[in-house]
Amino acid sequence: MSEALLEVRHLKKYFPITAGLLNRTVGHVKAVDNISLTIRPGETFGLVGESGSGKSTVGRTILRLHDKTDGEVRFKGISVHDLSKTEMNKLRPQMQLIFQDPYSSLNPRIRIGDAIGEALLDHGLAAKEDIPGYVMEVMESCGLSAYHYNRFPHEFSGGQRQRIGIARALALRPEFIIADEPVSALDVSIQAQIINLFQKLQHTKGLTYLFISHDLSVVEHLCNRIGVMYLGSMMETAPRDELFLRPLHPYTKALLSAIPVPIPKLKRERIVLKGDIPSPANPPSGCKFHTRCPYAVAQCKEETPEFRQAGNDHYVACHLV
Amino acid sequence: MSIPTTTTHTARARSPVEASSSLWRQSIRQLSKNKLAVSGFIFIIFMFLICFIGPLFSPYADNKINPAMMHKPPSMKHWLGTDLLGRDVLTRLLQAGRISLTVGLASMALSMTIGTILGIISGYYRGIVDQIIMRTADLLFTIPGLPILFIMGALMSEWKVPTDYRLYLVMLMLSIIGWPGVARLVRSQMLSLREREYMQAAVVLGLRDRRKLFHHLLPNVFPLLIVIATLSIGGAILSESVLSFFGLGVMPPTPTWGNMIDAANNVIDFEKRPWLWIPPGLAIFLTVIAINLFGDGLRDVLDPKQKK
Amino acid sequence: MKSLLKINNLSTHFHTEAGPIKAVNDVSFRIGEGETVCIVGESGCGKSITAMSVMGLVEGPNGRVVNGQILFDGKDLLQIGKEELRRIRGNDISIIFQEPMSSLNPVITIGKQIMEPLMLHQRLNKKQAYARTIELIELVGIPRAEQIASSYPHELSGGMLQRIMIAIAISCGPKLLIADEPTTALDVTIQAQVLETLRQIKEQSKMSMMLITHDLGVVAEMADYVIVMYAGKIVEQGGVVELFEHPKHPYTRGLLKSKPVIGQRLEQLYSIPGQVPNPLELVESCYFHDRCESCLPVCHTRQPQLKKSGDGQQVACWLYEEEAQYE
Repeated sequence: MSEALLEVRHLKKYFPITAGLLNRTVGHVKAVDNISLTIRPGETFGLVGESGSGKSTVGRTILRLHDKTDGEVRFKGISVHDLSKTEMNKLRPQMQLIFQDPYSSLNPRIRIGDAIGEALLDHGLAAKEDIPGYVMEVMESCGLSAYHYNRFPHEFSGGQRQRIGIARALALRPEFIIADEPVSALDVSIQAQIINLFQKLQHTKGLTYLFISHDLSVVEHLCNRIGVMYLGSMMETAPRDELFLRPLHPYTKALLSAIPVPIPKLKRERIVLKGDIPSPANPPSGCKFHTRCPYAVAQCKEETPEFRQAGNDHYVACHLV
Repeated sequence: MSIPTTTTHTARARSPVEASSSLWRQSIRQLSKNKLAVSGFIFIIFMFLICFIGPLFSPYADNKINPAMMHKPPSMKHWLGTDLLGRDVLTRLLQAGRISLTVGLASMALSMTIGTILGIISGYYRGIVDQIIMRTADLLFTIPGLPILFIMGALMSEWKVPTDYRLYLVMLMLSIIGWPGVARLVRSQMLSLREREYMQAAVVLGLRDRRKLFHHLLPNVFPLLIVIATLSIGGAILSESVLSFFGLGVMPPTPTWGNMIDAANNVIDFEKRPWLWIPPGLAIFLTVIAINLFGDGLRDVLDPKQKK
Repeated sequence: MKSLLKINNLSTHFHTEAGPIKAVNDVSFRIGEGETVCIVGESGCGKSITAMSVMGLVEGPNGRVVNGQILFDGKDLLQIGKEELRRIRGNDISIIFQEPMSSLNPVITIGKQIMEPLMLHQRLNKKQAYARTIELIELVGIPRAEQIASSYPHELSGGMLQRIMIAIAISCGPKLLIADEPTTALDVTIQAQVLETLRQIKEQSKMSMMLITHDLGVVAEMADYVIVMYAGKIVEQGGVVELFEHPKHPYTRGLLKSKPVIGQRLEQLYSIPGQVPNPLELVESCYFHDRCESCLPVCHTRQPQLKKSGDGQQVACWLYEEEAQYE
């Protein structure tokens, strides 16, 4: 097994809930609660979960857009959260983020060529006169035309804006890219274009992805290994085939069966979960899934299940497995 | 293309220069469709031109006191009549306009500068600096503006400040009243911009603070600044007029629209000599309305979320 | 099957600064009694505007239904008076939107908001209306109905609110329920619950449903009949099984191929090149021609008509017209 590119160990990120005149902290939203994962060079790790599962917070905490509460993030062996501000800035080009909303992630007053090229200038990665040529190259590799260089974001459609976002991240020649729901704001036909672009770029540039999504079908198509999150905790991680053919955690099973399949009159056994996703500010005791789990036993209410190995590279947090 | 290829042409063809409409250009196009705002703008320009150029052509620009011509009603010689010292009202009205507009512009510029700088510092650095600045602003907010102006005006009279200086002091006073509002708006804009995804993108890209501030944040605060600036000119003109009307602002003989109305501050003038107070009153009214119409139009195109 | 809703040549246009937009362009279809018809398409294809037009919600200075007939139970909704339309809207047709939160009043309890239309349209008294409200909340699968009835919208999750919206929509026993992207804002597990609820209610009450969505999975699960829209026009329509198994229009085919499906591994996804045309720049042509793999010369200059092709399926494409091949 090859050396890990990114290692996350027992990562926790709690957001304080404040109340009253003096902003007293009255509780915590445990957005990320003890998450561990390893990403190897060249692979695509998919992180799936529903809203409130903390999957986006994991991505942002890895990139230090949030400070961690506890735990460790190591990128190529370097502990990211222990770096000084200058050291961190020096590391940033190597790990980039692609946002969900292609509208709000581009500054409306900056021409897209400048948006893609400006970071190169700040990091001194290219001479000023070389930047336009290089930027156009990157734009073309992302399916944009070079003559778009001087246009503004509002002149583009959602799909093209997402390409701009990708080009902006790619211009810094990163090794690792976190894509936070990059296709969920897009129409189906555009989604497929962007997914294919992700694959193409991975092959040509040897990128490693952390692909965050709520859509299991996209994740299945794109990822080598997948982690399933629920209310801030990792429920199951496994290689793709393992997870889809032999899902172990009841939540993963329910999630898989809940996805509508575009094959009409297909009679499937469906697990429709009862109830709502609990609030991450006040998660259930024991196994966080026990309130909705069709197989829950008494033990689930009291003991938090351990995240343990249940097969080749297959980990699961469930008492019943 | 059939155009002969010169060196510059090939260079341009290779470099991707393509006309593209920025948000600014779009805003101007939108604004030009708003008839009220355009007429407001035309009126403001007209007011400026006539006030700054008009007096040059007036035979009465020296403001000589002429007892023989006291309180004459409008005539061919004096289009708007004369005042109690026999001076031409039209000429004085235009000269007053110069002062009033200058006071409006200058105090706006000053309060905008102070407010913007403090607002940006507050919003960008936050923490203790933010606390100090915003609490000072709150303090100035808790005291109603006009009473402060009255007190300061009374103090100036008490200390016998020469009339020439009073003009500058009035501008200063108005900016002291004006900056907290600006600072608050700029700060809140900064705070909301900080949370935008494109600012998070700037962090992930590892951009320098200077670039984040000057390339990403400021250009997005600017439209708001233009709107506040425009609207605050109107406010400043009004405040100056009120102050001068009460004899606490700019003092005669320097004319302003406010103290011209004040000069007609008695029943006889009010009833019998409307040419003394209607023109300056109308001038204030129309100018402030025009500025506000234009400012509202600007806000609609530059800061659309406030419209709702 | 008897038609409940029959739409003939409906066109809805919007006037913008840059020019008129034909949001719905000569659209005709029918919904039979007890039938579920899904309209699918990407953003901007006119699927929501079609629903709004049926509800008489396209009003104001910019948007207008410029042509067509909307026959509901034989009555043309575009010809009847405001008062009658209002009555039909409350009793016989109801609608649920994508964002339940914005359709509910935040300062009135859930119970009161369900009771209101019952008292107004069904002339129930307060006690009867309350009893019916509790029944309805239970019907849409929410436990602890009394407690829910006395809570405010912000106290409930998105999935619950959407089910409350369904409860309000079905409260007067409508013949037609229009659901505009009812599950798009919801998580998959919650979406499964809401779809299940909708299906059960439809089964029990035999109402017809017009479901608008962009999700082909939802279509396959819910629809009897499918209408595919592109740039304001219907490009293909047909029974759900035929349409999914034998899609005829290149756009439908592309759409079906570009969605990854669980368990169906592909090396690479098919993707339709290019993007949806700017509605302001549409000229007489097949609107899909510049993205189409099988584009013919005629596609550039003439618009294909929606014609029967095979059993019950209709398609608007020159590939299925014999004369086009010879041009």
